[in-house]
Amino acid sequence: MLNTRTFSGGLHPPDLKMTGGAAIVPLPPPRKVIIPLSQHIGAPGKPVVAVGDTVEKGQPLSEPNGFVSAPVHATIAGKVVALGNFMHPLGVASTAVVIEGTGEPEPAPSPVATDGLSLPDDEIKKRILAAGLVGMGGATFPTHVKLSPPANKPIDTVILNGVECEPALTADHRLMLEEPDKIISGLKLVMKVLKAKKGYIGIENNKPDAIRLLDEKLRGEENLAVAPLEVKYPQGGEKQLIAAVLDREVPSGGLPMDVGVVVQNVATAAAIHDAVFHQIPLTERVVTLAGSCVKNPGNYRVRIGTPVSEFIAATGGLKPDVPLVKVISGGPMMGIALFDLNVPIIKGTSGILCWSAAEGALRVATTCIRCGRCIEACPMRLLPQRLKNLIDAQRWASAADLGILDCMECGSCAYICPANLPLVQSFKLGKKVVLAERKREADAQKAKGK
Amino acid sequence: MSEKLLVTVGPHHHAPDTVARIMWEVTLALVPAFLISLYVFGGRAFVVTLCGVLGAVAGEALVQAVFQKKPVTLADGSAVLTGVLMAFSVPAALPWWTAFLGGFAGIILGKQCFGGLGQNIFNPAHIARAILLASWPVYMTTWLKPGAAAGLIGPLPDGVTAATPLGLMKETLRNPDLLNSLAASGTTALQHTFHELQIGWGSLLTGTIGGSLGETGKLALLLGGLFLLIRRHITWHTPATMLGTVFLGSLLITRDPQMALFHLLSGGLFLGAFFMATDMVTTPMTKVGHLIFGFGCGAITLLIRFKGGYPEGVCYSILIMNAFVPLIDKFTVPRRFGEVRAPAQEVKA
Repeated sequence: MLNTRTFSGGLHPPDLKMTGGAAIVPLPPPRKVIIPLSQHIGAPGKPVVAVGDTVEKGQPLSEPNGFVSAPVHATIAGKVVALGNFMHPLGVASTAVVIEGTGEPEPAPSPVATDGLSLPDDEIKKRILAAGLVGMGGATFPTHVKLSPPANKPIDTVILNGVECEPALTADHRLMLEEPDKIISGLKLVMKVLKAKKGYIGIENNKPDAIRLLDEKLRGEENLAVAPLEVKYPQGGEKQLIAAVLDREVPSGGLPMDVGVVVQNVATAAAIHDAVFHQIPLTERVVTLAGSCVKNPGNYRVRIGTPVSEFIAATGGLKPDVPLVKVISGGPMMGIALFDLNVPIIKGTSGILCWSAAEGALRVATTCIRCGRCIEACPMRLLPQRLKNLIDAQRWASAADLGILDCMECGSCAYICPANLPLVQSFKLGKKVVLAERKREADAQKAKGK
Repeated sequence: MSEKLLVTVGPHHHAPDTVARIMWEVTLALVPAFLISLYVFGGRAFVVTLCGVLGAVAGEALVQAVFQKKPVTLADGSAVLTGVLMAFSVPAALPWWTAFLGGFAGIILGKQCFGGLGQNIFNPAHIARAILLASWPVYMTTWLKPGAAAGLIGPLPDGVTAATPLGLMKETLRNPDLLNSLAASGTTALQHTFHELQIGWGSLLTGTIGGSLGETGKLALLLGGLFLLIRRHITWHTPATMLGTVFLGSLLITRDPQMALFHLLSGGLFLGAFFMATDMVTTPMTKVGHLIFGFGCGAITLLIRFKGGYPEGVCYSILIMNAFVPLIDKFTVPRRFGEVRAPAQEVKA
């Protein structure tokens, strides 16, 4: 077996990965999709359709608005019935296009295959942008931006993120088992565009079948390798993954490209292959459905824009005898608790967890006893306990000095805290205030300069 | 599917440990040593421990219910633990009301005055011991003889008290005449101490020696310490450095491995190293901090034992090091991930 590596800090919550053996099941197109124009970090796209328009599957609904932006596409054929504010899984209303399907059977896809690797770099990037690709691990950073680093930041290594360190999620695991060739092809495309010399696929040890399969596939590929990793949360964080695989530390406030690395999720890599070889836009993704309330937990290929309630119903629905208490979009550590099941599955939705009272029980916060477990768990080696005290006391500048902006809200500290303190809430607030103050200061400086 | 859903910020999963569980498990880890103390000192050990716990619980309940009008948090086990630890570090011959006052004062002056759980600077059990030692020095240095029938409460009958090994050692080393006569007969101070108290190495381990109520059973304390290590409520850093410092320091000072071993196995060192110097609230938060703290406790213990007026120094060493915790925490901040030590700090206006 290959050597395993890891990063410092972090912890190992129970895996809860019950669906690793469940093959991906494609779901039929839903009757209705709600497609938010903002499914990525950056500016929302500008709509290019109007109510009443008939759209084909894969037709763009918006065009990117600026460089850090991405288009969205119709994920079913049908008619645009609404264009307006709809609730987004993040808990805010945002502009979305609602399409009602025709209900007619979809024509079999006849994608034109080109050898993507022989295309010029610009054409590859253009196809990736046109397909609306964003990071599918959850961060949803537009992919073409990551593939366009400034000239003074040469990239030598590309790492594909197959870590899936969140408990309960198995979508990436299944994709690695079922579509390894697409993933490898995507990796090669990314490496070609970035002129990177080395490519790794980082996978944790709890997915030995995926490690074995990809390792076999990469045999004979001199510059590609699987990097097996110790099982530890949050190894799927970009900075932790780079530290684990390459032992390089992304500087505080910096980006992976500062240390010559670009990280892409394995699902994004597979989508890159489809986009470049077949010019298929991003209209569906694999979503893990789990939790004690669902009848048929598993991994499903879902159209983006499918309302969560319809998605659950299409898989067989909820168990009638287990009351639903909490629904999480994403994993148990960093996922977002949904307040409304009419919100859609979006490009970054990796899982839907339907929890009963047993799993979603609230715990009462008590008192910090300075046990230091949060410090040990913090993958950024911050002092969560001290930061929380500073934020509670509204000492924003001190919190900034202690690195509050380095916090990625992974929740390791809050997970381990025996007093069950709301650490992540504090840090979200602290980061917001510190960033706002920085912006205010910068604006003041600018005003002075004029 | 339109019923109300629970919405919280992540993480939605949580490790099973709670503050209460930690406190009760530490208390559980003290049970073997408590059983030893019942065997060695009889019913008085039970009475003193019970009164200590009652005093601590009364103090906690009084402050929270009457002065603060807040929910009483006795269920978290922290007051009970303080009471037990206080009782473990006082003689079993202590009058019951003194033990009660000890627990009471420890919680009120050592913990609640600072703001309650998590806020206190000093170990409340050791604050209590220091208060009792200053207030009733005779009671606090009257040690029950192991196995002596002393009744449950009331005045002690004659002939049931004895010196502690460390106490007798100190007296011996301070008595030049005795040392001369011992030297003439070829007896070491250690042999003299063992002979006078009719004990051996085995008694130091099992606990059939004079001393504070819960500190004598070293093997039982070690067992409890191992339990805490396995449950990850403590790490090896503090106990190892504290015990190691005392052992190696004694070896350096006395140049006698037997004396070093005697110092390792005497007094409250095991109780202090595994249960007091590892108290989360009053000790540093990082591993490096634990190493510094353990070393400091060991060094001050040595200083008091070899140079000070008291025969034993574990309690004061930990109290003194407690005062340095903010400083240690300040200087043991881990290097942040991706932190580049700034070559020139921005000048702040």
